[in-house]
Amino acid sequence: MASKVQTVTRAEAATTLTNEEILRYSRHLIMPEVGMDGQLKLKNAKVLLIGTGGLGAPLGLYLAAAGVGKLGLVDFDVVDFTNLQRQVTFGTSDVGKPKSQAAQARLSNLNPDIQVQAFETKLTSENALELFKDFDIIVDGTDNFPTRYLVNDACILLGKPNVYGSIFRFEGQVTVFGTPGGPCYRCLYPEPPPPGLVPSCAEGGVLGVLPGIVGSIQAMETIKLILGSGDSLAERLLLFDALGMKFREFKLRKNPACPICGDKRTIHKLIDYYEFCGVRGEEAPAPDLHVPEITPREFKARLDRGDDLFVLDVREPHEYQICNLRGHLIPLGELPRRVHELDSSREIVTHCRSGKRSAEAVDFLRKAGFRKILNLKGGILAWSDEVDSSVPKY
Amino acid sequence: MTVRVMIPTPLRVYAGKRDSAEFRAGTVGEALAQLTGEFDDLRRHLFTDEGTLRSFVNVYVNGEDIRYLSKEETPTKDGDTISIIPSIAGGSCC
Repeated sequence: MASKVQTVTRAEAATTLTNEEILRYSRHLIMPEVGMDGQLKLKNAKVLLIGTGGLGAPLGLYLAAAGVGKLGLVDFDVVDFTNLQRQVTFGTSDVGKPKSQAAQARLSNLNPDIQVQAFETKLTSENALELFKDFDIIVDGTDNFPTRYLVNDACILLGKPNVYGSIFRFEGQVTVFGTPGGPCYRCLYPEPPPPGLVPSCAEGGVLGVLPGIVGSIQAMETIKLILGSGDSLAERLLLFDALGMKFREFKLRKNPACPICGDKRTIHKLIDYYEFCGVRGEEAPAPDLHVPEITPREFKARLDRGDDLFVLDVREPHEYQICNLRGHLIPLGELPRRVHELDSSREIVTHCRSGKRSAEAVDFLRKAGFRKILNLKGGILAWSDEVDSSVPKY
Repeated sequence: MTVRVMIPTPLRVYAGKRDSAEFRAGTVGEALAQLTGEFDDLRRHLFTDEGTLRSFVNVYVNGEDIRYLSKEETPTKDGDTISIIPSIAGGSCC
């Protein structure tokens, strides 16, 4: 079933291709399924990419290469060294630059004939409707639940399709929400998971090529919507298991009781999505545990003084291999079963990578009766920054 | 009735890293009860304290959402596949 997209008005539509465009897109034009008509549809299409990261990279590259006439790129972040493992729009020389601008430069170089507009801004309930209104299709390449619900709701309120993709480690999901009569994100997931119940991004990791595959599928679905070709993923959820190399498909139904796209809409405007997702403030995913702490410098000073400290490392074995402080390794998940390995009469300094998991360990151990226990503030990352830069950060 | 329960990536760490498990069960509810019986850590990720399926976890039998069948009373037959599809959000980071 092909879902068509209403593009620009007749007065604005491009009706011709230059000789250069005809040559650039010749491999499209020689296919009867695309031809001049199809390429003109692409030229007249306006697509907004939310996020220019792992999913946004193949999306931007393939939509620019295909000749989508106007691409908007929304991202407030800057390129980080750890992004280069998967965000292939960027190069090493882009580290430190705003992502939307670096992506704009890359895509404009790939295809100078299209318009690429960078929006170096955080998508919020205050700006989403205004940002979305001038585009035909929105593509969701974001990385957090509040923004996914925001993108969904804005698309439904404006009547625009939302090409959705998400990933976790080795798995990806793709579908198209917001088509006429089709379901929306809330139909699939009425509520997000509360913070802390699913592994966080930092703990999850991802094979870099996975968003490359999932984002490319999103690009394909976007192009199909523009052309009105093929069977869209609307009303189907495609699940991709990269390790098993299996694609599975699940039927998606519109929920008649959906509060935003159902028969009786109760949501008529954008809401506070962080509140909806139970996230306090924009940055903090969960309330901080109040546990006794020691800074890396204090820890170093005490070690140099010869204090008898037992170092407990609650990371995973593969992290210990990357770098360690020669601590006793008990992964956080195993701590309840292995607490007998610890001597509560000794003073224990607990650490992990960033200080979050070790705070949970200290909290658990204090509740188990341990009194001489401290959390290394900032974890091994802070140790590398403040005490010993030869310890690699990851 | 032997059914196969597919365990999604985000939950495999709570299921001894298994990607699937087989049970003899006549309904989806029975299969999930056996799953959480064998892997206790999975329970809080699939069910609330009151024992209802969490709203950010969808369960399918052979590609059909059980919310539109008979929910956990949905009958299962030999060879059926039950899939657990939790909400995931990664895209830019991870």
